[in-house]
This record gives sequence, C-alpha cells and structure tokens, in this order.
Amino acid sequence: MAKMTATLMQGNEAIVLGALAAGCNFYAGYPITPASEIMELMSRRLPAEGYPFIQMEDEIASIGCCLGASLAGRKAMTATSGPGFSLMQENLGYGYIAEIPMVLVNVMRAGPSTGLPTNVAQGDVQQARWGTHGDHPAIVYCPATVKECFELAINCFNLAERFRTPVILLADEVVAHMREKVTLPEPDDIEIINRRQPTVPPDWYIPYKSDGSMIPLLADLGQGFRYHVTGLVHDERGFPTRRQDEVEPFYNRLFAKISRHFSDLEMVKGFSLADADTLIIAYGCTARSAAAAVRIGRQRGLKLGLLQLLSLWPFPRRAVEKALEGKKLALVPELNMGQISREVKRVNGGRTSVYRHGKMNGSMITPNEILNHLREVN
Amino acid sequence: MGPVHRSVVYSWLRHDKKFPHVWCPGCGLGILLGSLVRSLVKSGLQKDEVVLVSGIGCSGRLPVYVDVGSVHTTHGRALTFATGIRLARPELTVIVVMGDGDATAIGGNHLIHAARRNLNLVAVIVNNLNYGMTGGQFSPTTPMGAKASTARYGHIEPAFDIAALSATAGAGFVARTTVYHVTQMEKLLTQAIMHPGFSVLEVLSPCHTNYGRQNRLGSQVEMMKGYKKQAVRVERWEKMTAAEREGHFATGVLVDRELPLYLESYAKVCARARAQEGK
Repeated sequence: MAKMTATLMQGNEAIVLGALAAGCNFYAGYPITPASEIMELMSRRLPAEGYPFIQMEDEIASIGCCLGASLAGRKAMTATSGPGFSLMQENLGYGYIAEIPMVLVNVMRAGPSTGLPTNVAQGDVQQARWGTHGDHPAIVYCPATVKECFELAINCFNLAERFRTPVILLADEVVAHMREKVTLPEPDDIEIINRRQPTVPPDWYIPYKSDGSMIPLLADLGQGFRYHVTGLVHDERGFPTRRQDEVEPFYNRLFAKISRHFSDLEMVKGFSLADADTLIIAYGCTARSAAAAVRIGRQRGLKLGLLQLLSLWPFPRRAVEKALEGKKLALVPELNMGQISREVKRVNGGRTSVYRHGKMNGSMITPNEILNHLREVN
Repeated sequence: MGPVHRSVVYSWLRHDKKFPHVWCPGCGLGILLGSLVRSLVKSGLQKDEVVLVSGIGCSGRLPVYVDVGSVHTTHGRALTFATGIRLARPELTVIVVMGDGDATAIGGNHLIHAARRNLNLVAVIVNNLNYGMTGGQFSPTTPMGAKASTARYGHIEPAFDIAALSATAGAGFVARTTVYHVTQMEKLLTQAIMHPGFSVLEVLSPCHTNYGRQNRLGSQVEMMKGYKKQAVRVERWEKMTAAEREGHFATGVLVDRELPLYLESYAKVCARARAQEGK
C-alpha cells in the first residue's frame, strides 16, 4: 500500500476526517463560527457515501437529531461553539441519562453569550464538565494540534461507543482554524471500536441490564428489539422508576462505568519533564505557547517542563500529581480565569506552589508572557 | 377492513410492569392510545416497523405502554429525535405524540420546521388547551378569556390554531378530530400513517382535572358532550357562514397535498454527490 503523503489541512477539516475514519455516518448541525467548516465539509462528504446529513433549525434540534439517529444505530456527530453548546446542554443530559453514544464537538470562542465570535478562548472547560443539570460523569478531550484533532476525533467516537455516552471534543478557535502539515495514518492502522450489540433473542433483551462491564448493550432501535428509552430515571427494563432500591444503583452504575476506567481515559503528553524543576500545565492552543516557552526557556538554561493535557475530564489526576511531584513551582496558563488551574490546585495537595495565568482579551497567551510570569514568581 | 379485535390491541400493549396508566380517570389519552394501536394494525404494520416518540407532559407517557420501540424524549424536542430516527432508518414508521404546550410552545420551532421539511413523520398533537401535568397553566392554545393557573384573571393572548399553523408551515397532511369521535380518529390516524409526507393530526382531548375545573366546564362527560356539539365535519364547515361557525370547529382532513418528499430529494442529493466525487 502506498504511503500516505503529508497534506496541509485545517483543524476543523482534520476533525471531520477523523470522525469519518472512525465510522461517523450521521451529522446534524447548525452553522456557527468558528465551527462551521466542520458542517460544510460533512455536507459534502456524507451524501457521497449515501449517509444522512441534515442542517437543523437550531442546536437543540441538532443534538436531538443525533441522539435519535444514534439510537437507530448510527454513529452521529454534531459540532458547535459556545452559544450552541449552551443550547445543547439539555439534550446532552438526555444522552448521559439514556446512555446514548455520540460525539459533540465544541470549538471554543470567547463568551459568555455572543462574546467574541471570531476570537479564541478556553472558557467552556467547566461547562463541558458541568453544563447540564444534575450530577453525571463527562468525558472531554482537547486537541492542541491539527494531528491531534484527527486522532482525538477517532478517540472520542471509540469512547462514546465503548462507554455508551456522549463524548465532547473541546477544540478552540486557534486549533480549529490553524493549518498544519499532517500525515494521516492508513485506514488499516486505525483502531475502531463499535458499540456492543446484544446477542440474546429479542424476547430476552433487557435494555439497561449490564454485565460486569456496567455498560448495557445497545440494540439498534427498530431492529427487532423493542424497548423503551426515557430521560426519567429508569429501571433495568428502561421503565421510569422512583424506587430507591432502583434509583441508587442506577446512578452508581452511571458513574462507575466511567470511573473504573479512569486510567484508560487519562491522556497527557510530557515535554522535557525528566529533569525539569519548573512545571507548566497547559492544554489546547495554550499548550503550543507553553511548548515554545519551554524551548526558549531551556535555551536560557531554565529547567522548564510541560505537561499537556489531552483529556480534560475525567481530570487526569494521576498524571498531574506525578508531574507536580518535586517541582519548585507550577504555572497553569489558560484562556480563562482559572478553570483548570483550580483543578490542579485541588489535586496539588501541598506538593508545590501552583500559579494560574489567566488571559481574557481574545488573543492567545504568548511564550514570552509565560516566561515573564515564571520570572516574577520564581 | 373490519374493527380490530380487543385481543389484537391487547397484544400490542406492554404488560410487564406498566399498567395501570398514569392518566386521570376520564382523560382522553387512553382513548387515543387504543385508537393509535388499532390504526397501526389497520395500516398493516408490524411492531418492529414502528417507533413511537414523545416529549414531556401527560401525552409524553403514552409510548411506554405500546410494545414497539418507544422513546420518551425531552420537553418539546420529540420531533428532533424522530427526525434523527427517520433519517437513520427510513424503513421505520415514526409516530410522534405531543401535547399542545409541548408541540407549539417549547417545541414550536421544531414543529414548523418539521412541517416545512416534509419528512415522513406522523405528529399527533393532543390539544387539551392547557399544561395538564404541571397543574393547568395556560398554553399557546388556551382560548382568550379562559382561566388558567397562571391566568387567574382571564387569559389575554390569542390562541394558536394548530392545524392552520401546521398547514401554513408546509405539512403535507393536516387533520383534526376529538377523542369523542373515535371512529373518525382511527380513520384519520390511519390516513396520516399512510401519507408519504409530514402529517399532523390535532386531537382535542378534555382535561377536566385542570382546564375543565378552572373554567367550570363540568365533568369529563360534559366536556365530551361539548365536543359532540362543537365539532363539524369539514365538508359541512366549508358551507357554513361565519356566524354559523361561531362556537364550532372543523374536523376531518383539512389539508392533503402532494409536496416534494424530503427523503426522495435527499436521495437525489446523494446521487449528485456521488457523481461529483467520481469525477
């Protein structure tokens, strides 16, 4: 097989190619800057394969459409930005409680409200975790390069299918609109996970009864398995229940199916960490500035290291704890007023001094700003 | 085809755990449930070919009783889930049961766009003129001057005409009936299911517990008798003068037209996309 050549592509484009490589065969969305390129490209690619693509009347409808399609057996995706992400929160909660796999891409721009539609920010990090009402686990990944856009889109689909839950790909305006040279892997080299299907006869199928994995098997709606899906708390048969002896195990399973696999979900990259005495923790476009700061700092003899977070939720606690160990100090630059730095401080447990570097003016944090901040606190 | 036997209806219901149902004694939703099952059988459908979708409210609880694929979604969003299911599996018959608040207030945007799109879905909108489940607050179909828990001094907003709204938005098939007119309801449901485009059936149903009590309309029986008096078949309605129409409403098939079908048009898009990709 011919080796695939390097191509110049945009982050949003790489997200689409990653999704398609992962088997995405349904898209419903609503235009919004800076995510529109994802939908535009999907509108060209999906019909050519005979797959459904639809532009809905709003973001609420877009995610509803994806959840319906996923129940009927499709691998569905939608993409949006802040205002649309806010509108999607209601049905996102439905996806969590009814355990419906799908991928939601949120390309972050500055908010709240209309904010700065064409400017970068990282203000939706906690919204991605806690945006919908009620307590629930969330899986959120964040790319810093175009290559990671491709890889994480595949990863998000695999995790959605494996854990039967919506998964969020939290990109930002810079990474989504940036063009980089990327060499994509051969299709044969990509691992694809599909939802487990029931093997029992339809009469024996109990939709929300799980085996040891704690993840119920999802039958495609309309394929001989007749079952009920609801946003109410439900028993193993999917029927609404208020019985405490059914409600409590339901919630426990919803959390446990994710929490027992924290180590599988944790994804970070380390740069120059081996001998570093000063740690930078960053994610998304800010991780690019941080990597540059490490390079420049090292040239000046500073022992800087970077821990880049690719998984934001569940928070990669173990990797962060390990990186904080024995450091003089840690700096967390991000395009908000401290949404991840508060998590770092939470898990720090007195290991070192953690400083936040927040910026909210619609532009990226520069390597120099990081170096200057380090000089001030050192 | 003759009447559907009780035992057939019985075989389409779920018996594990779900009865008795949640509705008030005298509610029209049970009558609709029976009619719906009978019309599904009359349409020659198998259980595995049908998916029932609903939103939130009293009507939202209907699908769980039927032994088909059933999805009880979020408030007002039933049509969006149904759109996804229908696009994902075009071979399925997707029926959406909504209330008046569900379909025309919080879900009003989805209703007009589903009608405009003309994707083959059946929207059954149960109109009881108020929010029944939450205690009788006014809805977009509450008549002007009526009382509601949030309009104690009389309702001051004009009401939506669900059928006219759906027709204007572009639905291929629009009909109206009441739970009193069971035979007609069954016939209209069957027609709606057979129609190839987006079809809307407005079903007037009494909420004596809330709307009836607050407006002194009497028991459920009195309210049913009211439907009998007020309902006029559309054929006769068209010959009536404005004065004669006062206090009445038309029932039957209000709109039945051939419009471009979404799935047929999308198949053409796919063919064009494939041709361009091949170049």
